[in-house]
Amino acid sequence: MTTSALQVKIRVQDLRLTYGPKEVLRGLSFTVHRNEILGVIGPAQSGKTSLLRCLNRTIDFTSNAKVSGKIELDNRDIRQINVYDLRRAIGMVAPLPVGLPLSVYDNVAFAPRSAGLKNKADLDELVERCLRQAALWDEVKDRLHSLGTKLSGGQQQRLTIARALSHQPEVLCLDEFSIAIDPVTTMRIEDVLKELRREITIILVTNLIQQARRLADRTMFLLDGEIVELDRSEVVFSDNPADQRTYDYVNGIYG
Amino acid sequence: MDHAGTISRFSSTEFSRQKDRVERVARWVFLAMAVVMIAPLVSIIAYLLVKAWPSLELEFLLDVPRNGMTEGGIWPAFVGTVYLVFISLAVATPIGVLAAVYLNEYAKDNWLNRVINLAVINLAGVPSIVHALFGLGAFVYGAKFGYSILSASLTLAIMTLPVIIASTREALASVPMAFREACWNVGATRWQTIWSIVLPNSISGILTGVILQVSRAAGETAPIMFTGAVFFKAIERGDFFAYRLDEQCMALSMHLYTMATQVPNVEESVPYATAVVLLGSVLIVNTGAIAFRVWLRNRKKW
Repeated sequence: MTTSALQVKIRVQDLRLTYGPKEVLRGLSFTVHRNEILGVIGPAQSGKTSLLRCLNRTIDFTSNAKVSGKIELDNRDIRQINVYDLRRAIGMVAPLPVGLPLSVYDNVAFAPRSAGLKNKADLDELVERCLRQAALWDEVKDRLHSLGTKLSGGQQQRLTIARALSHQPEVLCLDEFSIAIDPVTTMRIEDVLKELRREITIILVTNLIQQARRLADRTMFLLDGEIVELDRSEVVFSDNPADQRTYDYVNGIYG
Repeated sequence: MDHAGTISRFSSTEFSRQKDRVERVARWVFLAMAVVMIAPLVSIIAYLLVKAWPSLELEFLLDVPRNGMTEGGIWPAFVGTVYLVFISLAVATPIGVLAAVYLNEYAKDNWLNRVINLAVINLAGVPSIVHALFGLGAFVYGAKFGYSILSASLTLAIMTLPVIIASTREALASVPMAFREACWNVGATRWQTIWSIVLPNSISGILTGVILQVSRAAGETAPIMFTGAVFFKAIERGDFFAYRLDEQCMALSMHLYTMATQVPNVEESVPYATAVVLLGSVLIVNTGAIAFRVWLRNRKKW
């Protein structure tokens, strides 16, 4: 690990989230280092997606959600940051690919346009760069103006990633991005993520233990809204992690 | 019994034969009910056309009523209805659509919005005669618009508003939530999301809902009878710009009512021909709406 990898990108302190009477996150405290891939594993309903939605504040759209605690991005409280700027700084890729009902080009140009970028040449360049980064350019460069929703599932997921990169995020959150796509595409995207780690910080929520093991520098095991263990992936996936529950989950005995 | 396994699996039994009979009967019963539904429409149209036949010509549409309204055409009533429908929808559509956008896209689940929702639902259930009384009090006397096209149109607008809101919300809600979330995730505001994704993909449903209100606004008699429609009004034959907003006007629905019940010695075919014009206009608008909807749906992008 290089020294830059130890700089703190995100610091979460005592993050609690409730939906009405139901407590979903029970006081999470952790840091995400710059240019690392942080894996987040845990069974369904353990709060993984909710955690991501707190980070980019899309949790605000859930009317009965109450968040307490503090989240800092580069030492700034995210509540002090303009919410639209925050969401551009923290890219999000959802589990199911969502091609917006627009052309491939407009799908990627959507975010920069809504941020005010109008210059055609700049947009062209940005769209091409993002599509290349998402390993999709070669497949769609001849049909940039056909509908994004007509692409295959795997292509749409890469389109979603291109869209998440189009607003030049500093942190990229991926929420079980591979559940709807084939293994070959998954491997291609994993290669993309390894490339991206040089430039940005990645939070990878996954229910594929092997994927976290392959990609993540550190891995967090989340269970019932609490962090059971957060350590270097070698430790979490070793034969003797700090907590027995981690060992049981990773080895399929649990959950 | 060697072959019993294969035979009993595929050969028909009493139970399977009975199942097939029930299936056939069910199919025919459902088909019959569906056909029964067409019958009234076809018979209404056929009956009207036969009865109206002697009067049905272009001149009937363009001419004004003559001879104490017992002869001649229906031009003033036709133009009046066009005015009322157009103005009422011109008022109700922007208010209704924008209100629906607020309710569906912005409103949180709190007491104010629950009250608004309840109001919309209840307003849609208010009988038209009650709308008429409200229009009389609010527009004719309250706002001092008098008995006029304006009062009548506004009354019709109030009447169609809740249905426009409901149909618009339906159309907006049919746009998948995932699209909105994808937009929010990349830092788009709600309005940017609505403008670039939600509205373009719900516009066909919104417009269909609005256009279907044409038939309601054209057909209602009570609300306009109390607020601005008049028994007889002399205007020029074929003059489309005959009415001013602060004047009373004739209307097809009202005209049909008076011809059928109030005026003695009317040519028998005249009320029927009036009904044919009313029904025909509405059906033409509806057909246009359906064609438009099909066209927009073919452009639908997911």
